[in-house]
Amino acid sequence: MPNSLKRAYPDVTLRPDDRAPFLTSVERVRMSNAVDAKIQAEAQSESAPQRLAVDVRDISLTFETGDGKVEALSNINLQIAEGEFVSFIGPSGCGKTTMLRVIADLQQPTSGTLLVNGVSAEQARLERRYGYVFQAPALFPWRTIEKNLKLPLEIMGFSDSEQRQRAARYLALVNLTGFERKFPWQLSGGMQQRVSIARALSFDPALLLMDEPFGALDEIVRDHLNEQLLQLWDKTGKTVLFVTHSIPEAVFLSTRIVVMSPRPGRIIDVIDCNFPRGRSLEIRETPEFLKIAQRVRTGLRAGHSYDE
Amino acid sequence: MTSNTLAFPASGVGALRQHPLVERYAPVATIVLALVAIWYVAAVLMNLSLVRDGFEREETPYTVSDLIAGTMSAERPLLPAPHQVIEAFTDSVFGYAPTAPRSLVYHSAVTLSATLLGFALGALLGIALALLIVHSRVLEKSLLPWIICSQMVPILALAPIFVVVLGAIGLHGLLPKSIISAYLCFFPITIGMVKGFTSPDPMQLDLMRTWSATPRQVLSKLRWPSAVPYLFASLKVAISISLIGAIVAELPTGAEAGIGARLLAGSYYGQTVQIWSALLASAVLASGLIALVGLSERIVGRQMGTRP
Repeated sequence: MPNSLKRAYPDVTLRPDDRAPFLTSVERVRMSNAVDAKIQAEAQSESAPQRLAVDVRDISLTFETGDGKVEALSNINLQIAEGEFVSFIGPSGCGKTTMLRVIADLQQPTSGTLLVNGVSAEQARLERRYGYVFQAPALFPWRTIEKNLKLPLEIMGFSDSEQRQRAARYLALVNLTGFERKFPWQLSGGMQQRVSIARALSFDPALLLMDEPFGALDEIVRDHLNEQLLQLWDKTGKTVLFVTHSIPEAVFLSTRIVVMSPRPGRIIDVIDCNFPRGRSLEIRETPEFLKIAQRVRTGLRAGHSYDE
Repeated sequence: MTSNTLAFPASGVGALRQHPLVERYAPVATIVLALVAIWYVAAVLMNLSLVRDGFEREETPYTVSDLIAGTMSAERPLLPAPHQVIEAFTDSVFGYAPTAPRSLVYHSAVTLSATLLGFALGALLGIALALLIVHSRVLEKSLLPWIICSQMVPILALAPIFVVVLGAIGLHGLLPKSIISAYLCFFPITIGMVKGFTSPDPMQLDLMRTWSATPRQVLSKLRWPSAVPYLFASLKVAISISLIGAIVAELPTGAEAGIGARLLAGSYYGQTVQIWSALLASAVLASGLIALVGLSERIVGRQMGTRP
């Protein structure tokens, strides 16, 4: 009953579900190989940690500001399975970026527990389990495109030949072969953002955290990059957490959409969104697409108080 | 080409005015000419009574043109005319062997060596202090007030103390001069580099954190390159200050050589022309040094992909 208008209030915990098709098949293979019934039982148990990319339980975050306390996140519960593409959508100040930063261990929650890849967020960061793409490309202007791509690899101690290979591979992945020796200012904004995505992928993290990566780009470039990102997700099978302001973008890209609302920042709806893989931009005209977009819009409106 | 030239294709003056060489050098040349003119007028006015007294003492009849000619060729004028300074300058630069004690090249070389050593010491000290300040709040609080205080004490008062103290521990000649020069020039470098080391974008710092880069990697791969523009800006200030420091240091040391020594000797014997040519030498030296820093800035900038 994915399309029924159920309201997921903050205290509703979403279970790891069997919606991610390829993951299910992986699981199936594993289970068929397993002779031990114990493993089977473990896999079926509700909190099998290896299946969850991100496990958020009761996370709250309160900022101390000059004017008093601001509740940026309030009792967030969210389970994201490996291979999912989850979008966070909501008005400014609803805590979606903070949510991502907490998962990335760039900010510490005031209370609650958080597991990334089965370990604490800090551990996941230290193990370099995720790639982060910011709103701006944040390229290092004194480095050529190739050297920008190599930067995380240098830091992580990859060998020179490995660095070269990976830089070439991931530049090709974002269609930027031939720009190795250019400096960032010689590229357009869209190209720069593609470089920053390639950079986040270059060390092959299983989890990709993207904070409004296409927010500053024009509609056409954004459409194009959306398609590319979707293909990339198909190819690599990564888990993607994607913050956006745009309803069509969220519906087009995601397997699940988390609708958030401000003051305090909380989840007000979680919407399943299972368009077939390999979808094209044309699905945005279909009734199913519009229906989901309508539900997202309703959620956003409900969470938004206009009387302020 | 502007529409202006298209409108007046036959206008010779307009074409000349827009010649690139004229456009580039005309403003500077105008200022120089104006200054020289003012200087000549001032030389006539200031030396007039001196020359008239001379004529009257010798009881020779004189005309106004004799008077004016006299003001421009006096032996010890209050204010020497520009051509006298140029003449004395070229004479003392090219008229003697570079090692002769009357050669300005010799004196400039003595001051230059103290300047360069002092500049190197000051740059190292300045960068080291900036690193300490950026990496520790405690050090910032304990060091910064002293650093600022150090620059409030007039160097003319401090220089003799330095010379005496350093002389007591057996340091003479080049090193005390360099230390005084370093004492003056480390300050802009510290201030500039503190600003430079803290200039990286928060996003870039967050990126380094997501890659769990070590503090040393953050320094070498982010803070250092970000500080380079600030480094060159402060080096330009510092190099001219270190020249001044070296000259000032030559005054109380009773140095027999160096631009400072020439200034001192000139003022003892009322040799105003000598003072002015020594000043000219220090100006030439300072412009040369600043040009050198500017050149290295351009070379480094090209390697770091600075936008032309």
